[in-house]
Amino acid sequence: MNLAKVVGTVWATQKYQSLTGAKMQIIQPVDHNKEVTGSEIVAVDTVGAGPGEMVYFVTAKEAIIPYPINLTPIDASIVGIVDRIDIF
Amino acid sequence: MILAKVIGTVWATQKDDGLVGTKLQIVRPVELDYKEKTNFFVAVDAVGAGVGEIVLICQGSSARQTELTENKAIDATIMAIVDKLDVIE
Repeated sequence: MNLAKVVGTVWATQKYQSLTGAKMQIIQPVDHNKEVTGSEIVAVDTVGAGPGEMVYFVTAKEAIIPYPINLTPIDASIVGIVDRIDIF
Repeated sequence: MILAKVIGTVWATQKDDGLVGTKLQIVRPVELDYKEKTNFFVAVDAVGAGVGEIVLICQGSSARQTELTENKAIDATIMAIVDKLDVIE
């Protein structure tokens, strides 16, 4: 998993049928100091993250697991909203 | 998934049997302001996107998670046509 900041939302009416109702958020990968570590990607949000929030996300085929419909083309999913980060 | 623009189509008669009947679109990743990046690749179109449209692309083995691309030699699928982006910054 990686950390990211939610920076926007994608609206798409024409999409693969099992994605109907899926919330697709634009996320900016960051590190624990909120430094940008990669270009923005789009991830399906099943935990209800709001814009500007710090989240962590899963990529590759595992990204389909949180989604209710198995046969769905998803390669990134937000799986958690960060409350606090402790670095030792 | 990544945001990309459909910039063309690939026509190939001699190809893997699994690809018969699929539409092969040439796509170029774009920034959030739709500014085109420099690379491009080919993706199977599962939603009927036209050239010039901004789309969402799923890559890797997840790209095979559609009825059209299941169990085929495909690692990139166009699975949505973007209507609008809301970007905060």
